[in-house]
Amino acid sequence: MSILVNKDTRIVVQGITGREGTFHTRQCVQYGSNVVAGVTPGKGGQDMDGIPVFNTVAEAVRERDANASLIFVPPAFCGDAVLEATEAGVDLVICITEGIPTLDMVKAKEAIRYHNVRLVGPNCPGVITPGECKMGIMPGFIHKPGDVGVISRSGTLTYEAVAQLTELGIGQSTCIGIGGDPVIGSTFIDLLRLFNGDPDTAAVVMIGEIGGSAEEEAAAYIKEEMTKPVVSFIAGQTAPPGKRMGHAGAIIAGGKGTAAEKIKALEDAGVTVSHSPAEIGVKIAQVLGR
Amino acid sequence: MKIHEYQAKDLLREFGIPTTEGGVAKTAKDAAKIAEKLGGKVVVKAQIHAGGRGKGGGVKVVNGSAEAEAAAAAMLGKPLITYQTGPEGQIVGKVLVEGAVGIAQELYLGMVVDRASERVAFMASTEGGVEIEKVAAETPEKILKEFADPGLGLMPYQARNLAYGLGLEGKTASAAASFIMKLYRLFVEKDCSLAEINPLIITDGGDVMALDAKLNFDDNALYRHPELTELRDLTEENPSEVKASEYGLSYIKLDGAVGCMVNGAGLAMATMDIIKLAGGEPANFLDVGGGANEESVTNAFKIILADENVKAVLVNIFGGIVRCDVVAQGVVAAAKNVDLKVPVVVRLEGTNADAGLKLIEESGLNFQTAKGLKAAAEKAVAAAGGVK
Repeated sequence: MSILVNKDTRIVVQGITGREGTFHTRQCVQYGSNVVAGVTPGKGGQDMDGIPVFNTVAEAVRERDANASLIFVPPAFCGDAVLEATEAGVDLVICITEGIPTLDMVKAKEAIRYHNVRLVGPNCPGVITPGECKMGIMPGFIHKPGDVGVISRSGTLTYEAVAQLTELGIGQSTCIGIGGDPVIGSTFIDLLRLFNGDPDTAAVVMIGEIGGSAEEEAAAYIKEEMTKPVVSFIAGQTAPPGKRMGHAGAIIAGGKGTAAEKIKALEDAGVTVSHSPAEIGVKIAQVLGR
Repeated sequence: MKIHEYQAKDLLREFGIPTTEGGVAKTAKDAAKIAEKLGGKVVVKAQIHAGGRGKGGGVKVVNGSAEAEAAAAAMLGKPLITYQTGPEGQIVGKVLVEGAVGIAQELYLGMVVDRASERVAFMASTEGGVEIEKVAAETPEKILKEFADPGLGLMPYQARNLAYGLGLEGKTASAAASFIMKLYRLFVEKDCSLAEINPLIITDGGDVMALDAKLNFDDNALYRHPELTELRDLTEENPSEVKASEYGLSYIKLDGAVGCMVNGAGLAMATMDIIKLAGGEPANFLDVGGGANEESVTNAFKIILADENVKAVLVNIFGGIVRCDVVAQGVVAAAKNVDLKVPVVVRLEGTNADAGLKLIEESGLNFQTAKGLKAAAEKAVAAAGGVK
């Protein structure tokens, strides 16, 4: 088993006819993902590599039974796209787009709170259940089916961790990039909870970074409820305060959000923290006794 | 994006928010003219983006135009050092000259996008004029908070909660509530990431006014605010960081000897961390982005090598969608473009990594290749002169 996506996930891609949308849809299909529809307003009735394109997500859900949306539309239109997918009734919305205004996300997050939908991202690499479904922009081939869950605020650093696991022969149940923005759809806690309830996940890798307090909140959850071992790495141990390190969310502000604070909170919660980004895989092997 | 105090106050006025009045000057002579016009006691305030100006000597209360001229002359063109600027300080290009007002009380008012509640949060405190971080750490009960509903916006009762919570009464409380409502409107309409009025003052006459104002804006939203991008002051920013942003690269200068070129912000931070673990110090944070082609790699090399502290460069690329052999071609071509004088350690992982490394090794340039993050960092630190 796995969380969020599997071989039965029926994907609609919003922005399928754009450059990024087309390129990554092809990569997902090549991996074996079931992309059943695309949406681009004004291009309904066309197709992309045989995948039918609709004007609205509602049509894609009605005609093709899509239950998950993958968003590649430009940042100015993402708040709208997230709400459209939500209203159309999909269970999962993954927003890859980078550069969405924070206040747009504040509104979108509030609006979807009252729906039975899960949002991942924005500004993230997406979600993959190795061997079943790739719903994002990550390189599929570095993954291997298995029983370790991966959650991360980063993109390429997630790939780094996954590659370390695969190199050691340790596969992954599902890997999720939650995104590097200040306001995001799914938090560490939301996904830790899902992994905790997934019988086929034995341990979780959680990759955080400086800024905000999501790691501290996750640590409190882990201490209270998590029954599976968690290995963590926090990027930005050497980052100076007051400087935004690429991600909009990665900034030490007002003396808060430092790596040291996060590492301490996690270690106090019984998490195995890898101080080196090169030893994430090795630490998982150790906690699982492999 | 950050702006100056005088620019922030112009925006406050645009939204009908009361603030102290004055004028901005680039020369001491102009400062004197403004003081002359205002008459009596005036305040001369250095305009730099960093906070802590008062303690650093960047705010002077003086009498008359001659003293204002002298105070401005002492600030203009010179570095102002505060706890936020670093030891080299920030050159003062402009001063704001304002009429002094009689202050009965100094309060604090701040707004941020609160990540935990995912809402715009108001913070108010009777401890105005001091570092709010200190108040938050030592006496958190002295900070009042209200969170705006994203659909409805800040409600008037919430503004009243804050105003009366601060101990204000009568007309002053109403004026403070009105101030708060207008500041919320400014925050949302201009896509602020932070608005701080510290201090918010109650004058001797019971008026509510912004004595200082700090506004930061969400970079992601600047596309819909061309009027704000015009307020950007490039002289306040590190020149190489400005250059990098023109190239579409994300770069932060640090103090070490190992230059870093990485794709992805998280991996770039992790690369800095592992350099430190290997006994070295990173010279920078640099994310070349998803593309990592010859052009972006060339630009990245130029920016890294312009820093004379750099003794070696570590290129760390995880090829996902971008193929490592394409990146390697870019690295080789870029190295020829920029006249490389320091050793470069290249670590490629992911899509077509072996083909990429082969291209690097066969290039005949001053390159070392490495397998794995740890080995790459150790080689780069050694190449930069070893463990410090």
